[in-house]
Amino acid sequence: MTFESPVPDDRLWKPNRKLSQWMEGVVKFIFAAFAFISVITTLGIVLTLIFETFDFFKEVSLWNFLTDTKWTPLFKSAKFGIWVLISATVLTSAIAIIVALPLGLLAAICLSEYATSRVRSLLKPALEILAGVPTVVYGYFALLFVTPLLQLLIPGLQGFNALSAGIVVGISIVPLIASLSEDAIYAVPRSLRDGAYALGATKRETIISVVLPAALSGIVASVILAVSRAIGETMIVALAAGQNPTLGLNPFVPVMTMTAFIVQVSLGDTPAGSLAYRTIFVVGMTLFVITLALNIFSFWFVRRFREKYE
Amino acid sequence: MNRDPFIEGDPASATSQFKVNLSGRYKIDRIFEIATWAAVCISLLVLAALVVDVLVDGLPRLNWSFLTSFPSRKPEEAGILPAFAGTLWVMVIIAVLSFPLGVGAGIFLEEFSQDNWLARTIEININNLAGVPSIIYGLLGLQVFVRIFEPVTGGRSVLSGALTLVLLVLPIIIVATREALRSIPDSLRLAGFALGATRWQVVREQILPLALPGILTGTILALSRAIGETAPLITIGALTFIPYLPDNLQSPFTTLPIQVYNWVSRPQKEFHDTAAAGIIVLMVVLLLMNATAVFLRNKFQKRF
Repeated sequence: MTFESPVPDDRLWKPNRKLSQWMEGVVKFIFAAFAFISVITTLGIVLTLIFETFDFFKEVSLWNFLTDTKWTPLFKSAKFGIWVLISATVLTSAIAIIVALPLGLLAAICLSEYATSRVRSLLKPALEILAGVPTVVYGYFALLFVTPLLQLLIPGLQGFNALSAGIVVGISIVPLIASLSEDAIYAVPRSLRDGAYALGATKRETIISVVLPAALSGIVASVILAVSRAIGETMIVALAAGQNPTLGLNPFVPVMTMTAFIVQVSLGDTPAGSLAYRTIFVVGMTLFVITLALNIFSFWFVRRFREKYE
Repeated sequence: MNRDPFIEGDPASATSQFKVNLSGRYKIDRIFEIATWAAVCISLLVLAALVVDVLVDGLPRLNWSFLTSFPSRKPEEAGILPAFAGTLWVMVIIAVLSFPLGVGAGIFLEEFSQDNWLARTIEININNLAGVPSIIYGLLGLQVFVRIFEPVTGGRSVLSGALTLVLLVLPIIIVATREALRSIPDSLRLAGFALGATRWQVVREQILPLALPGILTGTILALSRAIGETAPLITIGALTFIPYLPDNLQSPFTTLPIQVYNWVSRPQKEFHDTAAAGIIVLMVVLLLMNATAVFLRNKFQKRF
């Protein structure tokens, strides 16, 4: 005996499961390929840098690269002492962190612990605007506002200098430190604060000796990210720090950072395959290795020191 | 030897050594709180100084002919039209390419992939890419899009520039997509599965429409990051002076930030004012995009 359907057979819903499953497989494959683009990007970066770096070191010895005290790749008697550029990058980044760390961390504490939720909802978007300002605008600000201002305070300060560039790089990374540290501080459970208060600690004592240590891994991660942003910062230093490769840590004179060098060569007319063309990839490689090392350190630090609360 | 009274368990000596000094501690508390507010105020004051500085220098220079003129050796005649057109070209190409790629990748990582080596590799990769300086992407673009794929991209073209920036913003869009998808509760997915839908059908019909406002917000913010970028485009060789508009994907091009950079780096004061006017145009574009993002977020975002 067969089952008689009350509706005619051609009006029944007949799902085409084979097609749906096939479609699912196709979509999954395509989306996986999209996700794989990020891996290809990393590979592309690494391979590009390695190939050109390899060709570069066929012509220049690694020893000279690491020990020369002059950086004159575009001159006839070319010298490639990378420490000249690294010293300038370290100088501007150090000034940036000296500015950004106290400002960013205190602002994060203020937003998370002192500001009312109403004030907080006004201040956070303001900091987001500060984070969204293009770096070329900060470069304009550094060169044409901060430098003249500093020249009033420090007579004899040159028009291009590491100080003003470093300060403005610092300002540009304040929102990064503030918002990431604020997330970390905000995530510290209330019970820890209550425990400190119960022991008789004041609010400041609670923040400094209980909340901040509990949020340490997040804060350090945010600061390291900010440092690597400062090291890779390009437009501010290219505009305000100058184009003068000198070895040393004097913040009052023009210097040339790694990124500023890449910009200088890119703006000129450098034929592909020439030694000068390869230099920007070598400098890029140095930059990449430094930021990668910072990234790995941050990853390790967060794993090692993360406090988990339920 | 100075022994710790707390450990020794002598209450009398403990109280005599522990000075409560509440008023002194509260005073430091007060100073600390003021310091935190000062940090916030300094940041905001800098923002205000930046805006006022740009407006004072740039507003007198801003007029209709500035928006519709080509760059010039004479600062008073210089205009921003090719840069504006270049930015629009770049923005449209990035949006068309990065949206499907980023959202697809985000859906794969959040909805389709199991927790296996592939997913973990991709995840670590995306985190790492976020820490790579933008100028490195410029070097990648220079080698891959400008040199190796020159027959397709036309060398230092608007397409090469846009492709470079697509790689730069993809991680941002992927992360935004994943966060938006994660905010949709699992019960909705389970309901779909219970009705016999495949995973893709559930995502397409149920999850994606709900997550779309969040995804769009993230995409617009990523786009506004992209059009403010200067360094990668300088590296791939965007021109700083072009007297014509880009008319196809292989045209040479310039963008607003590059034009601003070019004007700031000249010694004449008049060009600096022109740069300030250019900055105002750039910031207005960015502000409009951000406002759209915030509007989308507030208008369409559902809370579960």
